[in-house]
Formats: sequence, structure tokens, C-alpha cells
Amino acid sequence: MGFLPTVALDQPGKKVFLSGNEAFARGALEAGVAYATSYPGSPTAEVLEILSALAKTFNFYVEWSVNEKVAMEGAAAASFAGLRSLVVMKCDGLNVAFDFLTSLALAGTKGGMVILVGDDPGAHSSAKEEDSRYLGKLAHIPVLEPADPQEAKEAMVAAFELSEFLRQPVMLRSVTRVCHAGGDVALSKLQRINRLPFLDREERFITWIEFHATAETKIAQAAAWGENTPLNTYVGPERTKWLLITEGPCFYYAREAVVLLGWEEKVGILKLGMVWPLPEEFLKKHLMHAEKVIFGEEVEPFTEENVKALVAQYGKQMGFINFYGKKSGHVAGPAGPGLGEMNPDIIMQALKRIEEEEQGLPVPQEREESLVAPGELPNRELAFCPGCPHRASFWALKGALELDGRGGFVLGDIGCYTLGKGRTGYNLLQTMHAMGSGAGLACGFGQLSRFGFNQPVVAVGGDSTFYHAIIPALVNAKYNQADFLLVILDNETTAMTGHQPHPGTGLRATGEGAEKIALEEIVAGLKIPLFISDPYAVDETRAIIFRLLQEKGPRVLILRRTCALIAAKTKKPRVYVDPARCLGDACGCARFCSRVFACPANIWDEEKGKAVIDEVICNGCGVCASLCPQRAIVVEEAVLVS
Amino acid sequence: MSLGSIVPREEKGFPFNLVICGVGGQGNVLGTQVIARAAVCAGLEVATGDTLGVSQRGGSVLSHVRLLREKRYGPLIPRHQAAVILGFEPLETLRAFSVYGNPQTKVLMNARPNYPLQVLLGESSYPSLEKIKGLLSRAGGVLKVIDAAPLALKAGSLLAQNIVLVGALTGIGWLPLPEEAFQAALKETFSPGALSVNRRAFQQGLRLGYLLFKNNLKSQDP
Repeated sequence: MGFLPTVALDQPGKKVFLSGNEAFARGALEAGVAYATSYPGSPTAEVLEILSALAKTFNFYVEWSVNEKVAMEGAAAASFAGLRSLVVMKCDGLNVAFDFLTSLALAGTKGGMVILVGDDPGAHSSAKEEDSRYLGKLAHIPVLEPADPQEAKEAMVAAFELSEFLRQPVMLRSVTRVCHAGGDVALSKLQRINRLPFLDREERFITWIEFHATAETKIAQAAAWGENTPLNTYVGPERTKWLLITEGPCFYYAREAVVLLGWEEKVGILKLGMVWPLPEEFLKKHLMHAEKVIFGEEVEPFTEENVKALVAQYGKQMGFINFYGKKSGHVAGPAGPGLGEMNPDIIMQALKRIEEEEQGLPVPQEREESLVAPGELPNRELAFCPGCPHRASFWALKGALELDGRGGFVLGDIGCYTLGKGRTGYNLLQTMHAMGSGAGLACGFGQLSRFGFNQPVVAVGGDSTFYHAIIPALVNAKYNQADFLLVILDNETTAMTGHQPHPGTGLRATGEGAEKIALEEIVAGLKIPLFISDPYAVDETRAIIFRLLQEKGPRVLILRRTCALIAAKTKKPRVYVDPARCLGDACGCARFCSRVFACPANIWDEEKGKAVIDEVICNGCGVCASLCPQRAIVVEEAVLVS
Repeated sequence: MSLGSIVPREEKGFPFNLVICGVGGQGNVLGTQVIARAAVCAGLEVATGDTLGVSQRGGSVLSHVRLLREKRYGPLIPRHQAAVILGFEPLETLRAFSVYGNPQTKVLMNARPNYPLQVLLGESSYPSLEKIKGLLSRAGGVLKVIDAAPLALKAGSLLAQNIVLVGALTGIGWLPLPEEAFQAALKETFSPGALSVNRRAFQQGLRLGYLLFKNNLKSQDP
């Protein structure tokens, strides 16, 4: 069978190192998943990639869907036919699929169906840090949350079983510190479930108001299940006045904080592996003796609110409890309560502060001797990679808008080109919201000429985003004749999340060929004027954009060039500065290549006072060579990279 | 908080806290995986945490590696609790040290700088390598500096600098892990096509690590 990754080893009992995302995939294999779909989004993008590589060997179906709603609908269909199905997305994707999910929860499911959602507290690779637990509660479905890779695997299996038992989808909520964490995981048996998919003529999955009551009953059943699941645990002394209620990786942060303080005999830690619905009896048992309850959770005070409501409900049985969390401000990171990630230090500070308040001592000021004055270190702003076609595209856009001079502006959305909001894209983006929103907003701006508005409007969007969410906006633009230019930044891949294929690439998730659905054919089908250019040909591209800015109605320009990280894997021309031709600061170009064009591979040799190229990181696009006023940059013939 | 009070509370050296830091694209995450797999091969438990995502795009990347016995820990190392910092890039090493270092922290650092955007734009300056070395030597324990790029090239690919550095860290003897565990880990991590170049890179680093250890040199330069 060749190289089989550790995630797929059929060796029950063996301990292997797995990332959280690998552990989720492993859990799906151990649960006998038959159908898995996703639209890539960090921090969960790798899960379907891992499953895609194994789909043939293990004979299950995988699909990169064009968006999360379609992905969830496909997985639901597999469930209706009796198969176990998984759909994977990030929190933003759940918003896209949410209309379907709230309906699905009333209609119910058949085969086990798990919705794995990756939240990103601190927004390491997101624009926002949405807390999707609220959406699970709103949809009336159970929400499980693992604390580490071992639990990621176990929670996946448990979620499938619970879903099949309830005939309801189960949400598995994970955070970056589980998805992108790694740990030793004990493997269990791989399971293959041979079920013949079948929808009986008598079976119906209909969303209707009368099933609201059914959904409530199922949630009550889930709560009863939660009383006995090992995913909910408690560690600490039998009866304790200090109770830390945690979930996910916060459990480990809490335990380490307690160990570092030496408070093991004083503080009990309760971990919720099922965060919704609450296991009420389990919680009550521990809340009964508690005088101080502290919450460690990410990001919003979700469990804090739910537990407070529970305590209010059973007020007579409870003693007087002081609550410490985001509402009281005690559990807060540097950004403030309810903002950003948790870590062991935040929990430790919270515990110390509560203790000090109890002792009546003044809260000591946090004072830390800085070892090396980190404030003085230059930060690393996000930048387009060396050779990124988007840098060239934004440079051409900037030039064309300046030439036009009517105050034209650029609307963006989600993808690598989001960085166009910063200096690497010359701060061109003036709006940035959801997938496809640049084009949608342009539909609005594009109707304002009747009120005397005459600024040119440009929306940018990526190729993968085009299939995901831009098409409806473009149909709207054509239908209502909105005045704007849509620039599709086509780098022929889903770059931001790690180069997943999409309908325009001619490949499916497993690597098998698919008929390409070309961007230009879709645009042509709408009979919208269409132009295609190579962003590396900067002058030509700028001229086309300028011309298109002068026109009315919807227009589309495809700027097509393969992502530099992919291109450099096969062909990488050597690019270097000829020191004889570079005039250095005497040139008058103001260090154009490194300071103005701002490609990280264009650096400055302070000793020689001349430009130089960092050949380790240069991807060989050669755009700087075409822009250098002295023509001092040389591009050698492309060499094949082994 | 005085520096004395932030020395880690360790039980027989565990949890062993290692920070690996660098810039997106340098292969931190793969380096982390190799060490974590070696730990599991050696019978330890392990917890890692990577900060990645848009990190290919020039951002700071930091990985936490925690080698454990018996008790599980979370993926994040508390402030000033690193036993060792493996720095793929000087500025990032300094940045990581300022958060996770303490007076006993040992540092192995790659000497090759990667300039942030604002340095290229001339808005701030990149501290000199000498200044970074001076700060780290004064604030921390042992500091060793190597240049991984030529060794990676010798092994067959500049991209293998991460594995050169992992090899050097193994050779220098700062990890509670035997060399054999790494051979198994490399095999587990890389597909057959990529294995040989990474094995060579590991050997290059390993040899340099031995040398640094044996001769107690500060860096590979004579």
C-alpha cells in the first residue's frame, strides 16, 4: 500500500503523535465515516485534506464543496440515506451554512452526522474570533468540545454515536489550540460500516414548526446522555469551595495554573466535554459546595451565562456563589475580558487576584522585568509572499486609480488578497467583510450614480471565492446593471488555506481529474464584458484597468497567474541585482524595489548602499525587474527545480 | 516579579518545555513534528502547539513542544518557562526569549535574518546580530549560534534548514531524547521521496551539534 501516514495505521493500542486535525480525521475513520465534505478554512482546513489522501484506501467519499452550505447539505443527504457523514468548516463557514442547519435540526437526521467547526480565538488565521457555541445552542443541537488531540479522536467517535442515537446532527466545536496542537494519541480499531444507502418511501425529513418540540425533546435526551459521558470530568478534592469550570484546552491551562500555584488541594477543576446542553446533575453536584466559581473558556462567556442561569434555576439548592469570569472581569487576557485566547498565565493571574481580594489585600500591580525590551523589536506585519501575483495586481490597480483621479476605491473580501488592506497591498482595500462581500457591496455602490456619485468602484475577489459566493452577486450586478469593475485575482488555487483544489483547477479532493469550470465561461454566460490579463505584465494590466474604469455597467477583469508558492516548486528563475547598474540612494528611486514595491525578497545591503535580492526567499517572479527605473535587476532563464 | 521567582517548577526535568520560533515558510511546524514524533518513539508523552495559518505570509511563527511523563499538559508553555529555545531566525529568537526565556534557558539560534516589512520600508531597524547575541547571552543560559543554510544546501535543499537545526539540537544534547528516536521520527514524518534529503540534513546538523557540544564552542565559526 506504500507510504501510509500514522493517522491511518491499523494498530489498535499503538500510541502515535497526531495533530488535533489528524486526530479528528482518525476519529472519523474509527467511527466508520462514509461521506465527508468541507470548504477549506483555518484552523480545520487540514481535516479533509487528510481524509482525501485516505479516501481511496478506505473506500469512502470526500468532496471539497464550493461552499459550506452545499457541503452541509451533501453530508445531510448521506445521513438521510443512512450513512455516517462529516462536514468540516471554520466558524465563518457555519454562518454560511446556518440557514440550512437551523432547518436540519427540526427535520432530523438518520445516519450519524457530525459538524466539525473550527473556532479561532485570537484570530490567528481569521478576521474575527466568532464563538460558534452560541450557534449550536440556537440551532437546538448538542455541542461537544475536546481538550486535546486524544479527546479530539474520542469526541468525534462519541459525536457520531450520539447523533445516530438522537437522529440529530451533533456539532463538534474545536479551537485552534486543539486543531493545531499535537499530542500522543492511543489508536483504537478502524471501523468500516457497510451500509447500503437507502431512503425509504416512508421516510421524510421536513422542517416544520411542529418539529420544534421534537428538537427540544432531543436536546433533553442529549443532556441526559451528557450526565454519563467521560468527556465531562472533574479533578480535584471531593468537596471544594473553589470550582474552576473549564472546557477545551482551558482545562489544561487551568490545571497547570493550579499546579504552578500549588493549590491542588484548594481548587477543583470541572471540564465540560459537552458544552451544550449542560449536564445539570453533574454540574449541580459540584456547584452545591462551591463558594467561588471561576470560568475558563474561549471566547465569550457562553458557559458562564448558562451556568449562572442553571444556578438561578435551582437557587434553593445552592449556597451563595461568587462568580468570577468575563462578566466580573477577573478572567481576562491582555486585550480584556471576553477578548482573545486563554493561556495558563491568564488563569493563574485570575486565581491570584481572587485570592488577594478575599484576603483584603490590595491587588499588586503586574510588573515584570523585561529581559530584552520586546517593545523595541520590529513587528512582523503580514505581507504577500515574495513573487505573489496579488502584489503586482494591487500595484497595477493603484496606478490605474491614481491615473483616473476620480477617487476610485477597492472593495475586498476573504482570501490572501485580504492583506491588500495593509501596506503590502498599498492599503487599497477600503472594505473587507465576508466571502464575496466585495462584489455584493459593489452592487450597492454601483447604483449610486443616480444620486450624483461618480467615483469608480472596483471589487476584488479570489478564484475560489468566486465559486463560493461571488456568482450570486455578479448575477445581481448584471440583472440590476450595477456600475463596477470586478477584478478576479485568479491564482488558480485556494491559496490562503493551503492550496486546495476548486472547480476551476480541474482536480477533485482526491486528486482525480474533473472537467474545469472556467471563470471566463461563467462570466461569458452572463454576457458581462470580460478581459483577462497577466498581473506580472504590470504596464499592460494597469492600462486595461484604467480603460475599464471609464466604462459603465458591470465589467470583469481576470488577473490570472499561479500562486508563487506553487509556481516556485517547479520553475524558479534566478533574479539578482546587477551592482554595476544599481545606483543605490543616488538613483532617486527612493529604494523603489524594497521600500516602495515592498517585496520581502527585495532587501537593502546597508554596507554597499545598494539593492540586493534575498535568493533564499525570492520566488523568481521578476516583477521588480520590470519596475526598476534603472533596469538593474536581472532575471535569468527559468531553471527546473528538482 | 523578580527573575528568581520565574524559574520553572520542574519535577525531574518534566514537563520539558521547548520553544521553536521563526518566520512563516521556514518549516517550524515540520521541525516540531519531528521532535514530537521522536518523543513518542522514545516513550514520552508530548503536547505541541503551533501558531500558524496566515503564517506563510511573513508572520512570526511559534511552536510549543512539551515533553511529558505521566501527566498530560496543554499546548501552551507559561511565560518564562522554556528550558530550551530553538530559534530559526535571530529577531524571532529574541522575541520568543522575551516571553518564554529565563536565566537558565538554553538557546540554539540560526544566524540568518529575515527582514520584517517595516525594516524594509525603513521605518525601524533590525538589531545587529551582535546585539541580539549580547542580549541573549546576558539574559539567558547557554547560547549557541549556527548558520544552517550552507549545511542544508550540502544536504540537497535549502528548505531542509529546519531539519539541520533539529539535528544540531539533538547533537548538542539538550533534549532528553536519544538520536535513534529521531531516525524513526524522520521516517514517520517524510514520504520516501523526501526522506533522504532530510536524513542528510539531520546528519549535517547532528555532526555540528556534536562539535559544538564537544568543543564547547559558541558558534560554528572558528
